Amino acid sequence: MIFRTQNSTSTASAAARAAASCADLAGVKGHYDELRDPAGKVMAHYEALIADLKKRDALGVKRLSDTARRLLSERGVSFNVYSAKGGMDTPWMMDPVPFVISAKEWEGIEKALIQRATLLNAILVDSYGPQQLIKRGDLPAALVLAQPAYLRPCHGIPVPGEKPLQVYGADIARSPDGQWWVIADRTQIPTGAGYALENRLITSRLLPEVFRDARVRRLAGFFRQMQQSLAALAPRRVEEPRVVLLTPGPYNETYFEQAYLARYLGYTLVEGEDLTVRDDRVYLKTLSGLEAVDVILRRVDDDFCDPLELRNDSMLGVPGLVRAVRAGNVALANALGSGLAEAPAMMAFLPGLCRKLLNEDLLMPSVATWWCGQETPMREVEQRISSLVLKSAFRVRGREVHFGGNLSAAEHAALLERMRFAPDRWTAQEQITFSTAPTWEDGKLVHKPVSVRVYLVATQDGYMVMPGALTRVAPSLDSPLVSMQKGGSSKDTWVLSDGPVENVTLLSATRTPVELRRVGHNLGSRVANHLFWLGRYAERAESTARLLRSTLLRCSPESGMSETPLLLPLLEALRSLVIIEEVPSATLLAAQQEQIEARLLQAIFDADHPSSIRSNVAHIQRIGVLLRDRISVDTWRVISQLSDALDAADNSASVTPMSDALNVLTRIILELASFHGLAKENMTRAQGWMFLDMGHRIERTVYISELLLAGLRSADAENPSLLEAILEVGDSTITYRNRYSLLPQLAAVYDLLMLDELNPRGLRFQFQRIEGHFRHLPREQNSALLTPAMRVLIENSTRLQLCDPTELARVEPGQWSATQVAKLLQQLIDAMPQLSDALTAGYFAHSTISSSGDVAPADPAPPR
Amino acid sequence: MNYRITHRTKYVYSEPVAVSHHAARLRPRDTDTQVCREFGLSFDPEPDLTTQHTDSFGNQVSCFSIQKLHARFEVVSRSFVSLTSVLQPDPAQTPAWEDVAALFRDPVAVDLLDPCQFVFRSPLLVHEMPQREFALPSFKKGRPVLAAVADLSRRIHREFVFDPRATTISTPLSEVLANKRGVCQDFAHLAIASLRAMGLPARYVSGYLRTRPPPGKARLVGVDASHAWVSCFVPGFGWVDFDPTNDCFTSLDHITVALGRDFSDVSPVRGIITGGGKHSVIVGVDVEPVE
Repeated sequence: MIFRTQNSTSTASAAARAAASCADLAGVKGHYDELRDPAGKVMAHYEALIADLKKRDALGVKRLSDTARRLLSERGVSFNVYSAKGGMDTPWMMDPVPFVISAKEWEGIEKALIQRATLLNAILVDSYGPQQLIKRGDLPAALVLAQPAYLRPCHGIPVPGEKPLQVYGADIARSPDGQWWVIADRTQIPTGAGYALENRLITSRLLPEVFRDARVRRLAGFFRQMQQSLAALAPRRVEEPRVVLLTPGPYNETYFEQAYLARYLGYTLVEGEDLTVRDDRVYLKTLSGLEAVDVILRRVDDDFCDPLELRNDSMLGVPGLVRAVRAGNVALANALGSGLAEAPAMMAFLPGLCRKLLNEDLLMPSVATWWCGQETPMREVEQRISSLVLKSAFRVRGREVHFGGNLSAAEHAALLERMRFAPDRWTAQEQITFSTAPTWEDGKLVHKPVSVRVYLVATQDGYMVMPGALTRVAPSLDSPLVSMQKGGSSKDTWVLSDGPVENVTLLSATRTPVELRRVGHNLGSRVANHLFWLGRYAERAESTARLLRSTLLRCSPESGMSETPLLLPLLEALRSLVIIEEVPSATLLAAQQEQIEARLLQAIFDADHPSSIRSNVAHIQRIGVLLRDRISVDTWRVISQLSDALDAADNSASVTPMSDALNVLTRIILELASFHGLAKENMTRAQGWMFLDMGHRIERTVYISELLLAGLRSADAENPSLLEAILEVGDSTITYRNRYSLLPQLAAVYDLLMLDELNPRGLRFQFQRIEGHFRHLPREQNSALLTPAMRVLIENSTRLQLCDPTELARVEPGQWSATQVAKLLQQLIDAMPQLSDALTAGYFAHSTISSSGDVAPADPAPPR
Repeated sequence: MNYRITHRTKYVYSEPVAVSHHAARLRPRDTDTQVCREFGLSFDPEPDLTTQHTDSFGNQVSCFSIQKLHARFEVVSRSFVSLTSVLQPDPAQTPAWEDVAALFRDPVAVDLLDPCQFVFRSPLLVHEMPQREFALPSFKKGRPVLAAVADLSRRIHREFVFDPRATTISTPLSEVLANKRGVCQDFAHLAIASLRAMGLPARYVSGYLRTRPPPGKARLVGVDASHAWVSCFVPGFGWVDFDPTNDCFTSLDHITVALGRDFSDVSPVRGIITGGGKHSVIVGVDVEPVE
C-alpha cells in the first residue's frame, strides 16, 4: 500500500518496478518521513544508499534480504533461543535496508543522551546515598521508597567512581514534527548492543560499496571503551582484571547476544553456579581451582543477583554477592539497584531534576508522562485517559499496559477504580506517532515506523555514545508497540561521518609491547563438562551412523536378506549399544525384515528414541547453545546443519525410505567429520581441546569394543565378509587393503582395530590419547601418587599393549564371554565409566544452590 | 522486666554442604522501652567468616559463611534484655485515621519519610482492594486511628482461627483471607496489608513473646517460639505496637528483635547452601523471665 509507482497498472517486469520503487516510495501521512524532506526530495544522508538500491532490480533486493536471512540463520542469531523441546527458535529478524542518520542530527542526539545518562546516574547516586532529592522534595518520596527496584540492602554501598550507571540504553523516536523524544530508559540491563553489532556485521557485507563510500561510523571504538571502562572498575590493581559476563542462562531471551558479546569482548560467560563467594570475594570455579573475579557485567536482574540478601525465590544469582560488593571486592556493571532510574514515572520529573542537579535544561524531552501519585496530574489523566497509555509507574515483572483509547466503558471504570485505589502505582504517557523509514517487505520497499535504541558507556569523565544503534521496526503502521517479541524486525543504523571514518579494532589497544603467553584463562568447570559431553555425543552420533549405515546396506531388499549371517552380528552390536531393543533369531530374520527396517529407521529419525541419531543431534545442539561463546561460527554452522540433514529426508515416492536413510546417514557422517576436523584444526591444544577429545575417545573406545564383542561372538567370526563389515564400520577397510592383499583374517583385524597404535580408529590409539590428556590435568599433575583414574588407564593400556593378536584369534572352546579377547574387551568397556566418573568428580562437580529455608515464626498456641 | 533468651536454629543436611552463607537478624533491638544488655552468637561448626552490618531498617545483621564440608550447622543466640513499661496513648485521643493517611500522600514531609516507606507494597505484601474491603468496617469516618487499629486487631482475633497447619511460609494473603486461618505471621501480614490499603504505614515486627504457664504449673523450657506482630504510626506519638494474634497492644511480654516491611525483611535466619540434598531445620526458643 505504501509502495506506489506512477504506473501501478503497468505489467512491466518486476525488476523495473522495484528499481522505480526507490524513487517513488512516498511517505505516510501523519508520520515524519525519514527518507524525504517535505518537498519530496530524498534527504542528502539517504542519497548514497538509495542510489545503491536503485542499481538493483527487485530480485537484487530480494537477494539481499535472503542473504541476510541466511547469514543470520547460519550464524545462529536468535532471539528467545531454546525452548524445552530443543528448537533453536525465534530467529533474529533484520531488514537489509539500514536506517541512516546524518552527522549533524547525530550530534544533537549524542549531546542530549550524554546529558541524560549523567542525570540518571546522579539520581542513582543520590537515591543510594544521601537521598537529598526526596528530602528536599525535588522528587516524590515514592519514586525511591515505593520502587521494587530500590534495593535497600544496596543503600549506602559506595560505587567505584560514583558511576553506578556504566552502560545505558535509551529508546528514542521521532514525532511527526521531526522532534526526537526519549520513550524509554534502560538503566539496569540495556540489552541489544550485541544485536546491533551483529546487524552491522551482516549489513556491511550485504552493501559493501555504499557502506564504504557513505562514511559510516564504526562501532568497535565503543566496545573498546566498554572494555576499558569495565576494567577500570576492578577493585584490585592488577594488570588484566578478570571480567565475567553473568548470564541467567540459555533460557533467557537474549542468551545469544550475551554469548556473542562475551566472545567479542573477551569475557568469560558464566552462570550463577559458576561463581562462588569465599571470604567476601567472588571466584570463578575453574579446572585448576578458584580464580578471583574483579568485575561482573551482569545480565541477571539485580534483585535476583544474591538469594541471600535480595530475593530468595530464585537461584540464578550468587549467594554472598552483595557482601562481596559491600566489602568492595568486586564491581558490578551496572551497579545493583540501578533499575531504579528507569521507572517510567521518573520521566515526569526529569526536566526539574536536570535543572536541579545539572543546572541545565533537559535537551531531549521524554514522552509526555504523568505520575498519578500526585493529585493534579491524576486529575489530568482522568480527563484525558482516552488519549493516553496507562502503565505501571515502576518496572515490575508482569507489568500492565492499557491503551486508554481501546478501553470499553466497563474496562475504563474498572481501571479508574484500581488507579484511584493505588494511584502511586500508575503512570500515564502520551503516544508518539513514530517516524517511518524505508524497509523491505514482501518484495517491495515500504515505510515502517521505527524507534532507535542508542547505547552509552561510562568513560572517565562522562559518557560515550555508540555511533550506531539498534533500530527496531514495528510490524505495521498502526502497531502501537515496537517489540522484537511481537513480530518486529530490526535494522542496522548508519551514523554518517563528516570527516574520515576512524578505524578501530578491539585488539591492540595499547602501545606497550604485548606480554606473550601460550595459555588462555583456566577453563570453567561447567564449560569443561559441556565440551566433554559435546565430544561424547558427537562420537556417539558418528559411530551410531556408521554402524547403522553398514547394517542398512546389508539388509537392502536387493540382497534379499541373503546376507543374514552378516546382518545378525551387526544387529547384535546395535543391541548391545542399546540402539535397537531386540534382535530376532536367525531363522526369523527373513520373515521379520519389515520390522527390522522400521526399527533401524527409528534409530535414525525418532526423536523419542533416546539413543537415536536425532536424539544425539539434539544433545549436540543443546550443548552447542551452551557453548555459544566458545565455538566458532563455522562449527556452529556444522552443528546446525546436522538437523538439516535429518530434516532433508526425501519422502518422494521415487526414493525408498531405506536408500534415503542411507543418504541421510552419509551426510551426517560427513557433517560430523567436518565438526571433528574443525575442532582439530581450530582449537589450541589447551584444556578445552583436552576435554572435547577425551569425550570423543572414551566414547569411541566403547563403540569399537562393543562392536568387536558383539560382532565377533558369532560362529561366523572367521567369515571374511563379516570381518569386512566390521572393518567398514570401523572405517579401516582402506588401511587393511593397504597392508594385506588377502581376504580379512581375524588376527589381522584384531591387530588393526585393537592393538595398532597408529590407527586412529583402533583401541590402543584411544587409550594413548586419553592417557596423554590425563597427564596434563591439573589434579593428576599435582598428585604425588597415581590417581585411581590414572591407575585404571595404565592398567588397561598395558593390557592392550601386551596382547598378541594371534593369541587373541585362536579359537578357544567354551563360552565366548570366557575367551581372552572377550574378557579384555569387557574390561575396556567397564573402564570407561570409571574414567568418566573420575573426570566428573574431579573437575565437573558443581552443586546447585538452594535456600536452607526461612523459619516462619510459629508461636505456640497462645492461651486465650 | 528482664529476660534471658536463647534461640537455637539447627540445620541437618542429608548430603554434605560445600559452602553455606547465612544472614541472621537475631539481636534484639534497642528501643525507647527496651535495652539489649548482652548478646552473643555461638556456632557449630565455627564459621570461616563472620561479619556484621546494620540494615536499612536499623536491624543488626550477622552474616556467616562456612567454607568447608559440613553435614549440619547450628547457630545459637543468647541475649539478655530489659524492658520498661510502654506508655500507650489513649486511642480516643489519637488523630482521625483520614488525617493520618493524608500525611502520607505526596508531597510527604521530610520528617515523615521514615514511616512513609512502610505505606507502600513490599516484597511479600501487595495490598489490593480485598484487604481494603476487609479493613473498611474498622475504619469508620473520623474514627481515631488507634481506635480503628484496635478494632481491626479485635476483628482479626475474633474472625480468624489460629491453626499452624493451615498455612506455610509462602501462603498468599488472599488464601489466609479466604480460609480465615493461619499463624501470627499471617495475622501480622493481614493487619499490615489492611492498614496500607487504608493509606496508613505499618511495619512488621519480629520478636519473642513471654509465655505464661497455666496457673499452678511450672514454666516449660524451650517450648517458646519466635513471634510476629505489627507496628502502626501515630503522628505526634510515634510507632505503637499491637499484636493481632493475641488482640492486645504490646506490653512487657513482647521482646522486639527486628523491624521491616514484611517477614522477608526480618527473617531471623536465612541461609543459602551449595549442595546438601534434603535438609531439615529445628528451631528452639526459650524466653526466661529474670527478676
